[in-house]
Amino acid sequence: MKDSLFARNPSVLIFLGVLALFVAAVTVLGEGVGLGLISTSFVKTLGKTLCLCLIAIAMDLVWGYTGILSLGHFAFFGLGGYMIGMWLMYARTETIVAASLAQAEIPPTPQEIRDAIGTQIFGVVGGSDFPAIWAFSHSLPLQLALVVLVPGLLALVFGWLAFRSRVTGVYLSILTQAMTLALSLYLFQNDSGLRGNNGLSGLQNIPGAADVPQSLLSIWFFWGSAAALALGYVIAAFVVSGKFGSVIRGIRDDEARVRFLGYSVEAYKLFVFTLTAVIAGIAGALYYPQAGIINPAEMAPIASIYLAVWVAIGGRGRLYGAVIGAGVVSLLSTWFTGGQVPDLPLGIYTIKWVDWWQVLLGLGFVLVTLFAPKGIGGLFDLISGRRAPARHGADLGPDTGSFREKEADQ
Amino acid sequence: MRLFSVLYACLVVVTVVFAGLAAGPALAQSGPVDAAQDQTSQIQSILQENRELIEKSSRKTIGPAIAALRDSGLPAAQSVLEKWQDKALYQRKSDGLFFFADPAGGGTLRLIDIATGEAAGEVARDEVDQLKPNSGVRGLIGAALVQFQLSDPDPARRAAALDAIARDAEPDHLEALRGAIATETDPGLKARKQRLERLLTIAYAPDAADRIAAIDSFAGDLGVDVRAALNPLVATTRAVAPGAPPEGENVARRLTPGSDALPEAEAYRLLVAAGLARPRISPADKRNALATHVENGAVAGTPLAELNSDEARDRAYAALAAQGLVPPTATAEEVQAALDAHSFYDRYAEPDPSVTAAAEDALDAIAFKVGVNQAADLSLDALSLASIYFLAAIGLAITFGVMGVINMAHGEFIMMGAYTGYVVQQIVPNYTVSILIALPLAFAVTFAAGVAMERLVIRWLYNRPLETLLATFGISIALQQLAKNIFGTQARPLTSPSWLDGALQLNDVVSISYIRIAIFVLALLFLALFVFIMRRTRLGLEVRAVTQNPRMAASMGINPDRINMLTFGLGSGIAGVAGVAIGLYAKVTSELGQDYIVQSFMTVVVGGVGNIWGTLLGATLIGFLQKGIEWLNPSNTLAAQTYMILFIILFIQVRPRGIIALRGRAAGD
Repeated sequence: MKDSLFARNPSVLIFLGVLALFVAAVTVLGEGVGLGLISTSFVKTLGKTLCLCLIAIAMDLVWGYTGILSLGHFAFFGLGGYMIGMWLMYARTETIVAASLAQAEIPPTPQEIRDAIGTQIFGVVGGSDFPAIWAFSHSLPLQLALVVLVPGLLALVFGWLAFRSRVTGVYLSILTQAMTLALSLYLFQNDSGLRGNNGLSGLQNIPGAADVPQSLLSIWFFWGSAAALALGYVIAAFVVSGKFGSVIRGIRDDEARVRFLGYSVEAYKLFVFTLTAVIAGIAGALYYPQAGIINPAEMAPIASIYLAVWVAIGGRGRLYGAVIGAGVVSLLSTWFTGGQVPDLPLGIYTIKWVDWWQVLLGLGFVLVTLFAPKGIGGLFDLISGRRAPARHGADLGPDTGSFREKEADQ
Repeated sequence: MRLFSVLYACLVVVTVVFAGLAAGPALAQSGPVDAAQDQTSQIQSILQENRELIEKSSRKTIGPAIAALRDSGLPAAQSVLEKWQDKALYQRKSDGLFFFADPAGGGTLRLIDIATGEAAGEVARDEVDQLKPNSGVRGLIGAALVQFQLSDPDPARRAAALDAIARDAEPDHLEALRGAIATETDPGLKARKQRLERLLTIAYAPDAADRIAAIDSFAGDLGVDVRAALNPLVATTRAVAPGAPPEGENVARRLTPGSDALPEAEAYRLLVAAGLARPRISPADKRNALATHVENGAVAGTPLAELNSDEARDRAYAALAAQGLVPPTATAEEVQAALDAHSFYDRYAEPDPSVTAAAEDALDAIAFKVGVNQAADLSLDALSLASIYFLAAIGLAITFGVMGVINMAHGEFIMMGAYTGYVVQQIVPNYTVSILIALPLAFAVTFAAGVAMERLVIRWLYNRPLETLLATFGISIALQQLAKNIFGTQARPLTSPSWLDGALQLNDVVSISYIRIAIFVLALLFLALFVFIMRRTRLGLEVRAVTQNPRMAASMGINPDRINMLTFGLGSGIAGVAGVAIGLYAKVTSELGQDYIVQSFMTVVVGGVGNIWGTLLGATLIGFLQKGIEWLNPSNTLAAQTYMILFIILFIQVRPRGIIALRGRAAGD
């Protein structure tokens, strides 16, 4: 027991405890099974926030621990959402179509049902045939497998191409951003087979659960998201705690040195990149049924950069920092852009937060980068009284991605 | 006095002769005209001969009347036709004679003789009928008038007549045109007439040899009019015939059912449409037919619940057909047999094979030449796109390439430049002056913004490029939202001066707008400026020194902080100027920079960091690549961008450090 993951990382247990308390509180206060003090839409927002926390953990793993600033993880998130969305949309349309065709005197042939579903789904982009990528959309298990496989394979291929040609640092960031842009531009086309910029919609209606009210569905998804977050956190903590974690931190701080020590840097990076892509895909698959709609705009490069912003504000290089960053910033964003914050009159000009939140976020982000590189998570160091060893100004690692003495001090 | 009497005598003689000539046919034709005999002129008599047609005024029957006027050779014919077309020809009710008329006030009209132009008395408005030809008839009159206009003394009217023929040619025009060539004095118009005559020859000449000669004379001509004349000749219609195609048909190509050009279903539809085969019933119709014959929960003995497969439905339908309740449908074997027994082919509307062959050859030659020219046009487009990317990327090449600093707010500097141009135009209304002010002002504004950003943010993050990327991204979203708050979300126009409007037209295919030429020139200017600064000035020397080794440069008395600040300002300033240029042809919005930032990064990465020539090559490569992919898939610019980015990702595999990679110590790692 002494060497167990939890014994070595008490923060994991603390995190799980806090998460459990949070879930219990929301369940009691929420509408589905509890007192109804929290509205269904806010339960959905909280559930979505948990999914964002999960992808933030993935981002922290790949950036904070391995030093790869990927600006493409929201693409994996979106792909996961698309994969589950295809099944949701197909199965729900199938129920509707089957019900309407059953009205006719002559029972429909399977082909007729499939044609009608196709017309229903692809009518908006002027088609009726099922594209090849919808081949498995009738089957939930297969689509669930694709939620993991598609982002995983894309990350594997892209990562293999990028890492083997030793693209690092900002080059890699730009390359991942280009990949995201290419993917979202591709999905924006009508003939991409995923309904172009209409995206997939009506995802909040779960097939086979038509008589379950949304209030109950939302709490189910909230539980599911919390469970996924807990699991993701434990997996991430496990990955970064042992020898493997030491190696990837070594890669972050000085890639060349780790390579000369005989480690296969590319394999480690590829593993982390692919694992985090899979986690991102699962997070997306849980997020979009709660959001109800997915379209290519969700996967625009800017979303991935925001993800990096969350992790940076929360404090990269520590898992709970990523969770705190994603939770705090995305909830604040929802609060400010939702128009719920009172305007701030300044005499000659009234600041409307809907308009000025972005400016505040951008500048706040610059300030955090400049003055508090450890982010919100750095506050916990003050509480626990942890101090970095004095190295008299030397770098913690010489590579461009590494921490500096000054950061560690703060 | 004697002179006048001679003139008078002549006039009398001429009048008598004319009257005599005109009276003949008029007398022979109708009685009521007799009373007005002395007034009839030759032109009037032609009108009277065709009086019934003119009064009926129908597009179908009016032809001979117009032809008679046109071919009369009378000087008055043209004006009569013109007035008729303008609804200014009147007919007196009392005797049916035709007059021009002017309003004379008080509800009366002053009649004017159509032949002589002399006044012919005043009448009340209700004593005459105004001829009101409908648009069809007016069109025919217009066609007849062309002949007169082709020989009109005024060159402008001759040119207008040629335009009219070119727009809407008719077989009659050919003769008129041929007649009007010899007398043409203006060389430009003569050339146009000859060209038009050849075009009309292709379409309307009776002799195949003439047409082929005319077609051959156009080989390799890029004119749109030539293609418009040749295309109808090679237009085909799909036809079907039992056995082989009949003799005398000008067959373009035989088609096999089941091939890509003619799927079997399509071929069978042709057969059905031609009445050569029984129709096949569609699944939906079959379903409806079954639904109308439901009896006791079954169709022809098959229970309804079993009708959920195609086979069961076929069986039920066949049973119904056997009872004679529904028309029988063709079976698969019948369809196959019918397809085998008939031949399918495309046939030319033009019956003469030699003409169509000549036209196909000429079109092939033209298509080749058009292709070559389109390639040239595409290259010009690609070059201008490349210069835009170059302009957008050159500032980035300085900050990223020389200083190793990623500036995600670069796009926002481009946007700031564009908005500077917009604001200047609001103050200075003259577009030329405002652009001349905007260019240096945009440079100054973004230079200041760049210097401020370098001092406040980037200086503190020099050793942490990833943090620089994120911090500048924070600035980027703040600036973008700030622009949205100030200027609103709608696009703002940045109008180019009028001398930049229009396009340089090299021929019918190749053209390039002046604004793109201007951007190209601007890109070249900045390339020259950059090279000059880097190679020939003290600043450039110091920048190169700091780039290579900041510590060594500092120990040689160079202040690296100052140099970094100036370099960053320079890069940002150029972004501002690029913003003005881009704003001139794209709408200015707060997202303007976003559209270019990824391409700019690609340009720098592909070209190779730290080398201006690499940026130039990168921009050229990306510009040509994007245009090339768009050409292969013209409907879809989104796909073009997707494939381009994929290409770049693969290109990085081959040359991770870009086209021109720095070598040795300067490359760092």
